[in-house]
Amino acid sequence: MIELQHINVKLLVKDQEGIELEPLILVFHGWIQEQSFDELLIDVADYRHVPDGPGVMIIGHEADYSLDQTNGQLGVRYNHKSILNSTNQERLKQAARSALKTFQRLEQDTRLEQKFNFNGKDIQIFINDRLLAPNTPESQKALEPEFRQLGNLLFGAENYELTWQCDPRRLTGASFIGKNAITISGLLQKLG
Amino acid sequence: MKASNSSWKEQLAGKLPEALAREIDGFETDIALRKQGKIDERVFAETRLRRGAYGQRYDNGQRNDGQKVQQLKYPSGDLTKGPMTVWDAPGMQRIKIPAGGMNASQLEVMAELAEEYSDGIAHVTTRQDFQLHYIQIDDTPSIMRRLASVNITSREACGNSVRNITACPYTGVCRTEVFDVTPYAHAMMKFLLGHPDCQNFGRKFKPAFSGCSQNACGLTNLHDLGLIAATRPNPQTGKEEQGFQMYVGGGLGAVPYNAKLFDSFVPVEELLPLTQAIARVFARLGEKKNRNRARFKFLVHDLGVEKFKELVLEERKLLFFDPRWTELIQDALKSQETPLRLSGIWPAADSEDFKKWLKTNTRPQKQAGYVTVTITLPLGDITANQLRALADISRQYTKETVRTTVEQNIVIRWVSLADLRQLYNALQAVKLDAPGAGALVDIVSCPGTDTCKLGISSSRGLAAELRSRIQEEKFSQDEAVQNLHIKVSGCFNSCGQHHIADLGFYGVSRKVGGYAVPHFQVVLGGEWEHNASTYGVPVVAVPSKNIPQVVSRLTDKYVAERQENETFKDFVKRLGKVQLKTLLDDLAKPPANDRSYFSDWGDPRTYGLGDMGTGECAGEVISPMDFGLAAAERELFDAQVAHEKSEINEASGRAYKAMLLAAQALVKTEKIDIADDPDQIISEFRTRFYDTQKFWDPFAGGKFSNYLFDAHSKAGQPYTEESSRFLLDEAQLFIDAAHSCSQKLNTLVTV
Repeated sequence: MIELQHINVKLLVKDQEGIELEPLILVFHGWIQEQSFDELLIDVADYRHVPDGPGVMIIGHEADYSLDQTNGQLGVRYNHKSILNSTNQERLKQAARSALKTFQRLEQDTRLEQKFNFNGKDIQIFINDRLLAPNTPESQKALEPEFRQLGNLLFGAENYELTWQCDPRRLTGASFIGKNAITISGLLQKLG
Repeated sequence: MKASNSSWKEQLAGKLPEALAREIDGFETDIALRKQGKIDERVFAETRLRRGAYGQRYDNGQRNDGQKVQQLKYPSGDLTKGPMTVWDAPGMQRIKIPAGGMNASQLEVMAELAEEYSDGIAHVTTRQDFQLHYIQIDDTPSIMRRLASVNITSREACGNSVRNITACPYTGVCRTEVFDVTPYAHAMMKFLLGHPDCQNFGRKFKPAFSGCSQNACGLTNLHDLGLIAATRPNPQTGKEEQGFQMYVGGGLGAVPYNAKLFDSFVPVEELLPLTQAIARVFARLGEKKNRNRARFKFLVHDLGVEKFKELVLEERKLLFFDPRWTELIQDALKSQETPLRLSGIWPAADSEDFKKWLKTNTRPQKQAGYVTVTITLPLGDITANQLRALADISRQYTKETVRTTVEQNIVIRWVSLADLRQLYNALQAVKLDAPGAGALVDIVSCPGTDTCKLGISSSRGLAAELRSRIQEEKFSQDEAVQNLHIKVSGCFNSCGQHHIADLGFYGVSRKVGGYAVPHFQVVLGGEWEHNASTYGVPVVAVPSKNIPQVVSRLTDKYVAERQENETFKDFVKRLGKVQLKTLLDDLAKPPANDRSYFSDWGDPRTYGLGDMGTGECAGEVISPMDFGLAAAERELFDAQVAHEKSEINEASGRAYKAMLLAAQALVKTEKIDIADDPDQIISEFRTRFYDTQKFWDPFAGGKFSNYLFDAHSKAGQPYTEESSRFLLDEAQLFIDAAHSCSQKLNTLVTV
């Protein structure tokens, strides 16, 4: 069985064209001042100058949070770095919950003038450890039930498409695309 | 910490060079012993540094969040990985890339490491290394093993060791070179790595190779050991033989030193033994206790190059013959780069973007039909996906002939002209097609306050801001402006190589209205060409937020007033300090009531002190200390003007007096009636600020005080043109340190 650690969850932003990331820097520094997360937040990293890069990030001890632009897709990305003792499904839920809660904060932050909104359908999940989860057909086959279980919970069975990232050099991961728009609060409710 | 850490050793068993595998196993044991408290933190610090695992900002477990100093509560508690360095705090991993050369597999591994252990970015440094930031120390053995599996080591990437051996990235394909220096750089790397004679240095040692003397690419002038390809008729046979002009004792740092010619021709068979002898002399005679005088350049300067050479040649005679002196070179010479594809002719410049890119990012090779392509990396940063794409491109179009550059870019060598359009398209697909390689927009910057513990101002923040402004149409209109170089360092230590830029900037802080404001010292007229043969001169410190205006104003003036074919260096020299300072004077003070000046580029936190208020910047309460520091600045300015006029004694006297004034200003905070007598000032300063360590820099210690004490001990003695310039630089640094000290004093009073 593949042990799922270092799970990344990325939720895509709606209407990405022309969104400026600069206001996030102030917001992220504010989050560090407050230290209101359950995790230790350390610093802000600004990669706005890098095309299709990690955007603006909060570097934490347990996890990093970013407005990531990889593949030209702007999204809130949660990267869990520390080791979690739990089941695979619980770890997937934890990462999804953290990404969703972060996005919710951004949606509700008045300084951002409601420019950062979840697009209601795109969730990507990666496993950021090639040794634990090499990107092979075998890994995908082994992980499919775990990913499906989470997808079914979030979107409802049959209400989403699951597509695996097949480039063997990239991280093992998949995209979930919901067929019906769903809100962050709705998704959080389903995660419990 | 990664869950897979315990498995990489087994996974890669048998795939690592044996020596590297053993080395990494040893380091892993050191980690375990440190965790058990069986290795002293100082010993462990040097151990990890010698493996490239470096500290990073906030690793003392504290961070000023703009409102207060926060304690960062890491789970590792009291465990440290060095003095005042918390175990769990993220650090930086530096990775040596000898001569900048990389193949596709190495690029792919770098991508994986950036993604899995860092923040998704791999950063190219000004010495052709890669750096990964925000690394957990527990992950470093896995990182090192994965690197070793593709024949890369981080050994001796930091610490008091022989650092990465750099070389011109065009060597072997360059039209102006004497010969390809790559094999010699590789041979030297192998020879010196872990060499017993290189394990007892007081500080680091940086060698560099260049294929020619007229271009900049090797930067040999600013290295501890600089080697420039040369040929001569063999005295016995008359046949042409290869060798090197050998230079020693160059270096940037706070006070830059030009390398001195050690020998105008060192035959290739003498390259390694002579270098070994130099290493032995440095290990034996180099300063060990006072790290601020421990760099190799001080040894060469103090001894004088002739005496130094004498000692080295004596040492050379004592060396036992080592077959590796020639074997390593012969082995290295067997690997010669060749093209993958047939040569071609220039493609049609069928779009404006492609045309622009062809002009700035391609360089014809000496081999007809081939070019070297430069990939401009913004601030030296590249993503994991881009690295993988680059690996693919290098496989498809070349025999994986990729090199990093000291301008924080990457070049692909041996690209057939026939493939240029397709290669450009492939780069465009992953947004690596930015034009402007080596141009004004291609700004070099050290990490600065983003991640460096020594950073004073945000060099990357400024560089990013300048990049976006320079892309405006205005700056692309004049060819001469396009060819200028901007380099930014976050502090006086020069990692951004500001001394050799046309427009250089290094971070300093200044107090305005009682509060700290991030500034940059403007350094103008350095020379990048000729292996960085001339260093720039500091003109004035300007608030960070005004630096874009500085660039704009200076380039406008250069466009409007330069004489025919006048370089920026000559233009700066012609104008002189007085005129340049007058030009920028109004930018040297932040406007009243503008809060934006109290934070740095890309960092909205209130700069510097946690208790800094807002909206009080208009309050101008000038203390005797502030008056004294201003007088010191004026005196130093006059000293610099005198130096410009070659009035060396006048310049030296004034520089010394400027330091005295700054010291006196500080003493006045405790003894308002301090006299003007130099001996009294020195005595009071020593007692009140040096002995108490109030003036000490957190990292440089008493270095800046020693500048004053040295100058005092030499008062009245004649200075040479060069030693006077050193004194001027030291005086500037002393005054900068006095400003920092005054801010600390202000903090103590406020708290």
